[in-house]
Amino acid sequence: MVTETQPKMRTRDVTVSYGDKVAVDSVSIDIPSEYVTSFIGPSGCGKSTFLRALNRMNDTIPTARFQGHIELDGEDIYRSKMDVVQLRARVGMVFQKPNPFPKSIFENVAYGPRIHGLAEGKAELDTIVEKSLRRAGLWDEVKDRLADSGTTLSGGQQQRLCIARAIAVQPEVILMDEPCSALDPIATAKIEELIDELRGRYAIVIVTHSMQQAARVSQRTAFFHLGKMVEYGHTSDIFTNPREVRTKDYITGRYG
Amino acid sequence: MQEHTVKAFDEDITRLRGLIAEMGGLAEVAIEEAMRALVSGDEDLAASVVERDKKLDVLEAEVDALAIRIIALRAPMADDLREIIAALKIGGVVERIGDYAKNIAKRVGSIEGRKRFEPLTLIPAMADVAAEMVHDVLTAFAARDPVLAREVIERDEKVDAFYDSIFRNLVSYMVENPATISSAAQLLFVARNLERIGDHATNVAEMVHFAALGTLPPDR
Repeated sequence: MVTETQPKMRTRDVTVSYGDKVAVDSVSIDIPSEYVTSFIGPSGCGKSTFLRALNRMNDTIPTARFQGHIELDGEDIYRSKMDVVQLRARVGMVFQKPNPFPKSIFENVAYGPRIHGLAEGKAELDTIVEKSLRRAGLWDEVKDRLADSGTTLSGGQQQRLCIARAIAVQPEVILMDEPCSALDPIATAKIEELIDELRGRYAIVIVTHSMQQAARVSQRTAFFHLGKMVEYGHTSDIFTNPREVRTKDYITGRYG
Repeated sequence: MQEHTVKAFDEDITRLRGLIAEMGGLAEVAIEEAMRALVSGDEDLAASVVERDKKLDVLEAEVDALAIRIIALRAPMADDLREIIAALKIGGVVERIGDYAKNIAKRVGSIEGRKRFEPLTLIPAMADVAAEMVHDVLTAFAARDPVLAREVIERDEKVDAFYDSIFRNLVSYMVENPATISSAAQLLFVARNLERIGDHATNVAEMVHFAALGTLPPDR
């Protein structure tokens, strides 16, 4: 286990079940604030479920049951008084398929700051929208068509729009669930470049099926298998010299 | 070791390991025959050692091409990646070992009065140690055996000790019999070549250790 100076998020013995089925089994991990952390593992290993536990996205699934403990900056996010809407602003999420609102590009980004009351007046909102789009590397491509619908953008642009939308509410952590699996290689490269630029500003956690992607974008990697976290460490160690045989078999293509 | 889901990956790696083993075998024979030619003055044998070195160059190019192909097509990870990088480097080093053997063979015709030279009994003994290092280090690669690799590294001291002793021996020879300087200088180069072969076998051993464990051996 890697110990970080001051973890952004800390999970202890997190178990998530869907009905009788245990999807995540007693996972303890520290998520650093200054690095990109990737979760890898075969389908059904629990990595996405665990990711969704980090901002209580599983709450929306009626059969899902959570046990354990997750802290954000030392604060228990599963306590009863926790404002879940506020939590999801602090811990933003980007999904596998780009899901822009069927509204203008501007509105897609402005929506969050507006409902969270982050902007006073139109000028400040404009500033937030521009800054977020710039940070997501999309500004130059959309600045002349902010009124167009978000759905008119290409897949890669839509995904960057979703990242801009997540950024606009000033999150501390960004969770990405296979953000490039629906994108072509160029759009993927742009997202990876963007992740690298955002690193340090936000704690980033990415679930990916592409081991090369995990190796490229992250500094910490956790390998999940059958609901357990098998190994967690520096990405360079995991991919050149993993400690666990199961990790090695998976990343070298010998799994199963 | 468990097989890859993609069978062709295993075939590629097996072929790469086979090429390295073949190179190792050729290099070992080259050292032995160059030495036999040196001691007996057999210039035909020496010429055949020089000729067969070309085969090593061809095999090295094959190792390079295959390793690059595997990296490009399979994006190997972990021990696979280490093994392929090690093979790539070992191929280059074994080719160099072959060059040293060839260089020894080329000097065979330049040694005069070989019966008089006492160092000529030391040099084959030194060559035996060096050739055995080459043999054992390739066995270690084939068996992915870091313990044997470390053992080979330790043996390099023996080769170095031989070199020092032969060096002193030849220098005093040259001082006492200036007429032998030309031949003695040739033998000095031979000993030097053998010493380099020992160093290169040590480099291979380090790569074997790296491929097996992901770390270089301690106390290099």
